[in-house]
Formats: sequence, structure tokens, C-alpha cells
Amino acid sequence: MSAFNAIGEEREIDREEFTPGVEPQPTWCPGCGDFGVLKSLKQALPEVGKTPEEVLTVTGIGCSGKLSSYLDTYGFHTIHGRSLPVARAAKLANTDLEVIAAGGDGDGYGIGGNHFIHTARENHDMTYIVFNNEIFGLTKGQTSPTSPKGHKSKTQPSGSAKTPIRPLSLSLTAGASYVARTAAVNPNQAKEIIAEAIEHDGFAHVDFLTQCPTWNKDARQYVPYIDIQESEDYDHDITDRREAAEMMHETEDVLNEGTVLTGRYYVDEDRPSYQEEKSAVGELPDQPLAERYFDEDAEWERSYDLLERHT
Amino acid sequence: MSSDELIWRIAGGSGDGIDSTSQNFAKALMRSGLDVFTHRHYPSRIRGGHTYVEIRAADREVQSRGDGYNFLLSLGDSFARNPQEEAYYGNEEIKPLSENLDDLREGGIIVYDEGLISEEDVEAIDLEARAEENNWHVFPMDLRSLAREHGREVMRNTAGVGVTAALLDMDLEHIENLMSDAMGGDVLEANLEILHEAYDTINEEYEFEHDLRAPEGSHETEQALLSGSNAIAYGAIDAGCRFIAGYPMTPWTDVFTILAQNFPDMGGVSEQVEDEIAAAALALGASHAGAKAMSGSSGGGFALMSEPLGLAEMTETPLVLVESMRAGPSTGMPTKPEQGDLEFVLYTSQGDSSRVVFAPSNIEEAYEQTRLAFEIAWDYQLPAIVIYDQKLSGENKNVDVEFFDREPQPDLGSTLTEDELAEAAHDASGKFKRFNHEDAESNVAPRSLPGQKDGRYLATGNEHSPVGHISEDPDNRVAQMTRRIEKLETIREELDEEHDSNQTYFGDETADYGIITWGSSHGAVNEAVDRLNESGHSVKGISVSDMMPFPEAEVTEFLESVDEAMVVEMNATAQFRGLIQKELGRFGEKMTSLLKYNGNPFEPAEIVEGYEVNLADDDREPTAQVRIEPAAGD
Repeated sequence: MSAFNAIGEEREIDREEFTPGVEPQPTWCPGCGDFGVLKSLKQALPEVGKTPEEVLTVTGIGCSGKLSSYLDTYGFHTIHGRSLPVARAAKLANTDLEVIAAGGDGDGYGIGGNHFIHTARENHDMTYIVFNNEIFGLTKGQTSPTSPKGHKSKTQPSGSAKTPIRPLSLSLTAGASYVARTAAVNPNQAKEIIAEAIEHDGFAHVDFLTQCPTWNKDARQYVPYIDIQESEDYDHDITDRREAAEMMHETEDVLNEGTVLTGRYYVDEDRPSYQEEKSAVGELPDQPLAERYFDEDAEWERSYDLLERHT
Repeated sequence: MSSDELIWRIAGGSGDGIDSTSQNFAKALMRSGLDVFTHRHYPSRIRGGHTYVEIRAADREVQSRGDGYNFLLSLGDSFARNPQEEAYYGNEEIKPLSENLDDLREGGIIVYDEGLISEEDVEAIDLEARAEENNWHVFPMDLRSLAREHGREVMRNTAGVGVTAALLDMDLEHIENLMSDAMGGDVLEANLEILHEAYDTINEEYEFEHDLRAPEGSHETEQALLSGSNAIAYGAIDAGCRFIAGYPMTPWTDVFTILAQNFPDMGGVSEQVEDEIAAAALALGASHAGAKAMSGSSGGGFALMSEPLGLAEMTETPLVLVESMRAGPSTGMPTKPEQGDLEFVLYTSQGDSSRVVFAPSNIEEAYEQTRLAFEIAWDYQLPAIVIYDQKLSGENKNVDVEFFDREPQPDLGSTLTEDELAEAAHDASGKFKRFNHEDAESNVAPRSLPGQKDGRYLATGNEHSPVGHISEDPDNRVAQMTRRIEKLETIREELDEEHDSNQTYFGDETADYGIITWGSSHGAVNEAVDRLNESGHSVKGISVSDMMPFPEAEVTEFLESVDEAMVVEMNATAQFRGLIQKELGRFGEKMTSLLKYNGNPFEPAEIVEGYEVNLADDDREPTAQVRIEPAAGD
């Protein structure tokens, strides 16, 4: 018998279950792209059959970090840049949980960049949504790792001399097995991509363009956008790493010229997730570790039985 | 005739197999019925560089290195660099001999490998004259050729052990058995041949005039030889810890390695990750999801853990971290012990801290206090830290096997089951009041785990309301902050009333002079106090393990009972003395400090001397490389 009966529960799920009761109400600015992420999650989760109590939403710091407050699942609002190590460990401790991590572009590609690379490399079975608004919002408009070259802000008064990071290319190189970009202004595609990401067995990275109407007024509202799967101008094989790499490179190049390309870039269904790899080498127990602490029949090994090597 | 104690030092270069040879020899001595204690000295280098391990063996409990030593097996450094003239590091080949002479006691024995250490070099250090002056018995022997003849050159360690056994008149039985356990086939055969050949040759070639022999003893119960790192790892296993995340760093790596090797067979999970921020964050995430989890590092890596450590305090997530100190600041001296991270570990991370810190002083305490750290962390939902150092990490000591014969404790403390959650308080929208300060018993609000029915809440590093909503309401802030901080008072009460004290007392109870110490310096201090009392002084000692919450009553009572006290610790700024003053707000004028920070742990004689210098009414200075920091007002 499981000690976690919310997991795997079969029942009708209403998207309103993911809306907190009286509070908290979102404090995002009117017109903020972050609402788009929240909405797509509320639509996608019931669609893939997940209840609020079998989902753990782990967020970082920034406007994006508030997601775990407004999406009524189990939540962990961690610290700046550290959502991924917290999230992947929760998944290792209880492999039956549905784990979704989220943060902003500064959180994920800047301060948490090292964790992003390694979590993708290891292909942990989880979803990672990066709210990419090309700016630091909550601290009032400083240049971020995805801000375009020449971006002027109070901390880069002469315009940034740095080329922005390439989040999709970085993700692919690091090892993510599902890489997509969507935008808040494209809610149907966003919902579908989020649902696919959740169902993907492995590290699913969604770079989610979330316009910031307050601090990034100069930037595009990410319209018009082009869905590369829908457009006749593009036809790359999402299972082909080389074609995906080229498509990503082009997407990253043209974003700052005003062309917003979105869609699925790379999907590798064959690569085993980290959980599978770790099981295969005998380093992940069959029974989720968290269950064992509630299992009255569990046998706990003790150090007394290890002493032979010391006598 | 047997001697009172043997302190055998095997010296060579890193990579010469000094560590494994000494482990086996220590075990042989233990099996022969002696109590043993080892001390490891090594450089931060893979190959070459002067390294030694000292084994102290006696027919009584030994809990510290001794003063100097009485038997040197010098193998020479087979990985020595070939110095240019005037290279600052000089001739390394001879160092395993030359560097060890100052500490060798009068009448001691020297065996060196003349296959590696040249006659010329030996003349250059004037060994003959020094041996005569100190009445040393010197036995040069070509161990290298002997090893080559029967096996391979690396087996010269075995030859050295054979010579040692012959000179100490030891039976070879235990050594042979240990070799048979560890190897087989041709390798075993060659080693056994070398062992016997060396044993016989030295007996044939020399007439022994020395008095030193291996002590004789017996144990009533079976003994195990293990290190502080073993004890910490085993304490964690028995506490039900089955998740560890880490990043390599000396000396913490030992604990990480032991658990990483054992966990797969125990249904546990071990993760080597990208950095120490991730390591502590993983342990936190695993704990949040329901595993008993730990991480750890040494000073530099622990600095990166400050963030997740604070998050564990704010989210009231149980967590055990271990911090294995080495000499700092910065990279410092990676393989040398120091007790310099105390203040750092007590206070690092922003805001007021609410954590428990234990500093075990020996192998048994390392096991007990690690277990206790898990118990407290999971009962009270806060981080508990075990702080120890390179000395305790690597020293080996024999412990009664039955010490470990006890029940494991995988209990999750103040965690609710789904049945209990159904009955617990929820808000109007159905969220579980995870941080309910209103009727929190012992200031602890029981927690739920993700995936449980009716347990939904938000954990956040922001200040938060009972269900976890971010909140800056002043009344809520005060209630939550006060509850978190006051957990420490409740823990102090529990430790005082329901547990055996973690503090150790020794010496003459009626004395009006006290010596105070903490952590791994305990053994040497204890021995010094015993010696002082045996030689007519009257001194009492206390070794403190509870760093936070501080054992106010016990330390106050101790300090009130003496006129003067000396605080002994391995750092340069008297951090523990500072903690006592901060916690107790007085006694500054009673406490002098004896500080050592040259990279080597205290020897008992240095503490005895410190005491004498301290009491002497003149301008004497200690001869040892220690510093006396006068009491406030002096």
C-alpha cells in the first residue's frame, strides 16, 4: 500500500483545482506573459491526468518564481537559480512524483546555468520551464543573459557589449532530450508543448517567451510568431540532432531581428532518462525511496553488519 | 620483555602504499590484543612528498597520538622529484628519514631502505652522530632489492613490516592472516616470502641491543578498527539516511565515498553533482520529498552550501550536513587539520540562524552524534551539522564491535501520515496548515510530503503564512520567526533532560584549574590532564560537543567550579573561547587560550607545557609551535 495516495489517482480533474482558493491572487503586471505559463499549465495538467497533489512545482526567484504560489500543487519556491537541484532530488527520492521546475532567464541561464547544464546532461525525468522575457523584471529592468546585444539598462548604461546566451542550443548540447520554445502570445501551442513536455520521459526544456510590458517595453511582444511545425518555410526533422541544432541557431539569431520562431526543436524518445540509467546500474531502488520510510515490512540494514571489514 | 607502548611511524612518499600498509599493521596489532590509535600526515600530492602514518599501540586505551614516537620505518620516497641545485624543496628522497628525526624518542629504532636512500645522503644528514647522541638503534637494509628478488619493488613495504616484526619480537601470525585476507595467488606467495625473508635476514645480520618490544595485551571482546569518517557514515546508515549528494573535497570525501559505496546495496541513492550548492540543494530536495538525506563538504565547499542551508532553516526542512575542517583560510592546507571553521559553520547564511551543531571528539562520539543529528533534524525540522576535522576524519582507533549492535532508527520524526493529515488543520481552500504556529507543540509544526493526500502547501524561502503563502504581515512574521528560533531552546531542554550529556568530563573533580576543549583535540587534552594529575597537579577537564544549542548550564557549572581555565583549540583566533563568552556573557577574565595552527594536531606534552607556562609567574614561552592568548584583562 502506498503512503502517497494522491499519486496515480484516476478521476476527473477540473482545471480550477489548480487555482488557489481566496488567495494568493497573481501579482504579475497586467499584460505580463507569465499569465500565459500559468494558464497553459492549468490546461495541460488535467489533460495529461495529473492531480494537484501528485505534482511538485519547484521554482526559483523572480516574477517567474511566483508560479508555485499561483499554481495550486505541492510547491517549493526555492532560491535564486537553485530550482533544478532541488527538483531533481525530489524526483530521485520519490520517482512517482510529477516534478515541474520553473524559473526566469536570469535564474536558469545566469545564476543557475551550471545546474541547467548538468540537469540536461543527466536527462532527469522532469519538465523545466524557463520564463524568458530577456530582462530582470522583479529587480526592475536590468540586462539579463538573454537580453540582446546593445540592450541599455541602469546596469548597462552604454548598452550591453555581450551577445545573448543561446538557450536552445545550450540545452541541446548539454543533453536535454526534449527542447521547445513557445510564447505566451500563442496559448494553444503553449498548452500542447507543456503537455508534451510533462509526458516526455527525460529532461524536457521549454523556453517560454513571456513578454514584460513593464520593464522591456522596447522589446517585441513576440508577435507575430511563427510556429515552425505549421510554417511551410521550415521543415526540420526534430529527431535529428544536426538539423535541430541548425534550426535552433537560426531561431536564436533572428529573435533579436524581430522574427519570433517557436515550436518543437528536438525530441529524442530513445534516450533513457537518468532515472532509468541509474536503475540500470543498480543505484536507484525499485520501490521509491520515500515509500520505504512508511513501509512497515521494510528491512533496514545496519552498520553492525558491515564490521567484518574492520576486524 | 614487552614495552609500555609502541609508536611506530612508517614514512615514505605519497603513492608508496604507506596508508594501506599502516592499516594492516594497525589491525595486526589490534588483533594481537592491543588498543591502537593512528595519526596520518600527508601532503596534498598524488605522487611523492613526505608522508607518514603513526600507530600508537598499548595495553590500555589510547585516544591520542603520543609525544613523539619510538620506531621509524623509513621507506624513502620513490616518487621524489629530481631537484635542481638550490630547489627550495631540497632532496626529497631522504625526507622520509631526515624529516622524522626530530620527534624520535631517545633509545628509538630506525629502519631505513638503503636501496632507496643512499649512503651519501645519510652521511650528509649526520645520522651516525645523531644516533649516538640519542642512543638510537639504526638498521639500514636493502628492502628494495629484497622485494625485487622475490616479487616486485612495491612489496618493499612488506619487507619493512617483516623487519619491524623481527625487531619487536612479534609473532607473524596476525600479519600473515591479514595478508591472506587481502590477496591471493602469486601476489600473496611473493609477499609471504618477502615477509619471512626480511624477518630472518634482520635476525641473522644484526645483534639486537635495543629494549623496545611490542607490548602484549588482550581484548575481552572483538574489536573493529575504524576511522571518524567510518563512524559518521555508519551513524548516518543507522539513522536511516539513504540519500547523499556531494562533490569531492578533502577531507570530507571519505564520508561521501563510504556512503556512495554502501548505499546501492541498501536501497539508498548517492549523487555526485556539479558543485556544493547543488549537493546541499539535492539533499534538501530529497528530504522535502521524504528521504532522510545528507550532504557535506569541507570549508570551501561548505561556503557554497550557505544558500541551501538558510533555505532549510526558513522552510523547516530536515537536513544533516557534515563539515570536515582543514586548515584555512581559502584553500589553506588541504590535508592538515584545524578547528578554524567553527564560527563559520555556526553563523553562515543570511539572517538569524536556527541550526544544531555537534562537534564529536572521537570515533564513538562521531557515530552517536551523527545519529543524534538525524534524530533532532527530523524531529525539529531544521538543519543539524556535524563539524569535525581532518584529524578525526582519518584517524583510526579500535572500538568494541558490540558498540554498534543497536537498532536502526529510520523514523521520519514530525512527518504526518495521510490518515493524520486528514485530521489536521487546513485553510478554507483546503491547503494544509504546514507552518501552523498556533498550536505547535515544542514549536514544531508537523509536515506533509508531496504526493500525500490532503497535504498540499507551499514551501518558500520567503517569510510565509501557516499554509506557506508569502507574507510580510508583522504579526505573522514575529510568530513564525519566534517559533523557528525557539525550537533551539526546546532542543536544549531535550538534550539536557532526555539524553546522556554530549560533553565529556575528565581529571580531578575537585580541582580548581580547568582545561576546556572541543572536537578532536579532546584525546590529547584528556591524556595531558591525566598526566598532570599523576604528577601531582590538580586539574579537571571538559570536552564540549554541543556547539549549538550551547550547553549553557554545563559549561557555566564547570567554569564556576574553577579559578582559572585554559581553552585548548586548533585555530589562531580562539573561536571556541569566543563562543563561550558570547553564550555565557562572562568568564572572559578566567580563560586563557592555548592555540595551535601549524597544521599538526596537539601532542599531550604540548598541553602539559602550555599549562606549566601559563601557571609560571615569569616570562617563559612555550617551546612548541603554539600560542598562548591571555585571558581578558591580562
